[in-house]
Amino acid sequence: MTVETAGPAATAPQAQDEPEFVQLLTPEGERVSNPGYDHLVADVTDDDVRGLYRDLVLARRVDTEAVALQRHGELGLWASLLGQEAAQVGSGRALRPQDHVFPTYREHGVAWCRGVDPGLLLGLFRGVDQGSWDPHENNFHLYTIVIGAQTLHATGYAMGVQRDGAVGTGDADRDTAVIAYFGDGATSQGDVNEAFIWASVLNAPVVFFCQNNQWAISEPLERQTRIPLYRRAAGFGFPGVRVDGNDVLACLAVTRAALQRARDGEGPTMIEAFTYRMGAHTTTDDPTRYRLAADLEHWKLKDPIERVKAYLTRGGGADHEFFESVEAEAEALAEHLREYCRSLPDPSPTSIFDHVYVEPTPPLVAQRDELASYLSSFDLGGEESLGRDSFADSGEGHR
Amino acid sequence: MTTMALGKAINAGLRKAMEDDPTVLVMGEDVGKLGGVFRVTDGLQKDFGEDRVIDTPLAESGIIGTAVGLALRGYRPVCEIQFDGFVFPGTNQIVSQVAKMHFRSGGRLRVPMVIRIPFGGGIGAVEHHSESPEAYFAHTPGLKVVAVSNPLDAYWMIQQAISLDDPVVFFEPKRRYWDKADVSEDGTPDLPLEAARMVVTGSHATVLAYGPMVKTCLAAASAAAQEGRSIEVIDLRSLSPLDLTSVFESVRKTGRCVVVHEAQRTLGIGAEVAARVTEECFYSLEAPVVRVTGFDTPYPPARVEEEYLPDLDRVLDGVDRALAY
Repeated sequence: MTVETAGPAATAPQAQDEPEFVQLLTPEGERVSNPGYDHLVADVTDDDVRGLYRDLVLARRVDTEAVALQRHGELGLWASLLGQEAAQVGSGRALRPQDHVFPTYREHGVAWCRGVDPGLLLGLFRGVDQGSWDPHENNFHLYTIVIGAQTLHATGYAMGVQRDGAVGTGDADRDTAVIAYFGDGATSQGDVNEAFIWASVLNAPVVFFCQNNQWAISEPLERQTRIPLYRRAAGFGFPGVRVDGNDVLACLAVTRAALQRARDGEGPTMIEAFTYRMGAHTTTDDPTRYRLAADLEHWKLKDPIERVKAYLTRGGGADHEFFESVEAEAEALAEHLREYCRSLPDPSPTSIFDHVYVEPTPPLVAQRDELASYLSSFDLGGEESLGRDSFADSGEGHR
Repeated sequence: MTTMALGKAINAGLRKAMEDDPTVLVMGEDVGKLGGVFRVTDGLQKDFGEDRVIDTPLAESGIIGTAVGLALRGYRPVCEIQFDGFVFPGTNQIVSQVAKMHFRSGGRLRVPMVIRIPFGGGIGAVEHHSESPEAYFAHTPGLKVVAVSNPLDAYWMIQQAISLDDPVVFFEPKRRYWDKADVSEDGTPDLPLEAARMVVTGSHATVLAYGPMVKTCLAAASAAAQEGRSIEVIDLRSLSPLDLTSVFESVRKTGRCVVVHEAQRTLGIGAEVAARVTEECFYSLEAPVVRVTGFDTPYPPARVEEEYLPDLDRVLDGVDRALAY
């Protein structure tokens, strides 16, 4: 199947305050038809929807627990995905095992879908490592902090996929797509625009998944663009589509189509998942300084989880017992995170010299030995060590 | 044994690497059909195809950033940055992504890629075409930085750089591309990639150089010899890591050290060498370490570049200053 047109196909009537986009599940949980995309989720059973609901709830629980851990001083920082669960779970569940993901630092829901233990996400934010999962194990690359840089890595990786002959063979287990996540702010970066050009010119099997959460820290979308973001794709020569980013079913459908297009050798697609960052940019940010509380209240009515719950309840797809069991699972996951986080040891000082190069260079070995020797001088219990301790005890060290 | 120009030697080295390893790719602006503006990749696309020798869009960050992705997928990209002054749009990717990927992944990821940069002046070019940006990269942990000075090293060092699992920034002295020497394509290289080379032995002063300045310093050593001064010349070759073992031995013997580069003086390679030589050879030094370098100005217009660039006379002047103590 292909997505030939740039922009959403004709859709069911939507609320007036929403832009034109692909939607399959309204905020009220009503399944609406979209002839262009219905077939892409025709195989989705109630059991699958319950699975998506579970993903959404657990992803949010990971997030709220991490925010709490930051508030308790266990994490230095956390970038919340609150409000973006459907965009991440919908797209994440569209992936096949061989597909490769290049995330930003906010893709905790995608990480969940790829089977990355959420505990592993915490190290970066606690300050004990810079990404502790094996990217090869789950085909989920490390988080990238520099805005937009990973879109080029994804495109290059997709070029490698092409050269491996893993595109357009018709073998569902072999044909591979790459997906790059980024936000609305990133679309202003040169790297993202260069990635669009590369992918287009080279017909690379990559999906550009933009979560337009309306805010780049304090700057609204109007500071990044004068046209809807998905329409940028047309200028680069590949399809763009806007999807209701709070609708997990629509995100699943749209991403499935784009990934398949890539795997079939038909090149890149840009998806703009229209959503809202319900929390702060990160735990250090205070959004009350730059946006209205009323906006948040408005978007709460479009909550990505509530509509799935309403859908399942209304259609009898899940009962009270199911929702209770997911809640219990979420609590257990939160407990796991708390324990895991607090058990994370600080790295040893000399470990900073590890992995600068594949083999340590002689000057670096000398510096490591220098630090080790300096540190061990404090273990002797000599005057030097006592002097420093008493200085700290006097309080002068904390001015 | 074949007589080869330096640029041709890199071409031959690239060809050998591509023959030996099907994952080696060449990518950059105009590297395909044209063979690069200096013809260093001449003929490679014809023989290895457009999938392995890639004419890229005109965007340096894209060249480096997609090379990272290719390396993560198991390829060994060799990127060409067309001129030294054009590397800066790609510097974000080099410094923040290429250099740190192995470290931040706890050793799980490797990005074996080579970034070739023709560098230095002396060819009468317009601005941004004659710069020496090596110190920026040598200052960045995670990158290896080398500079070649002659055809034999060029042939072997490009192959050594490609085979390394660390990323390498590979500086090529553009005004020496046409200098010829005998190159043996058989056997193995006589030095590891990261080793300095003793080029000429001497007893009165040690002169250190790399890239285009090695030839200048050799000429200076010949001139000095006619005046009865014996100059030892060492080609540093690797700027990160610096291999100073032979330098320390030499300075302990001569007591005098002159370091020469085209790049601006402040915080250049010469500053690091001076500090390290002072730390290691303090009691052997008869004079402060002398730097003979470009000046702390932007690279000047071509009609005054001969005054900016260290030449034979300025190297000899540096030696004189060291010997004056």
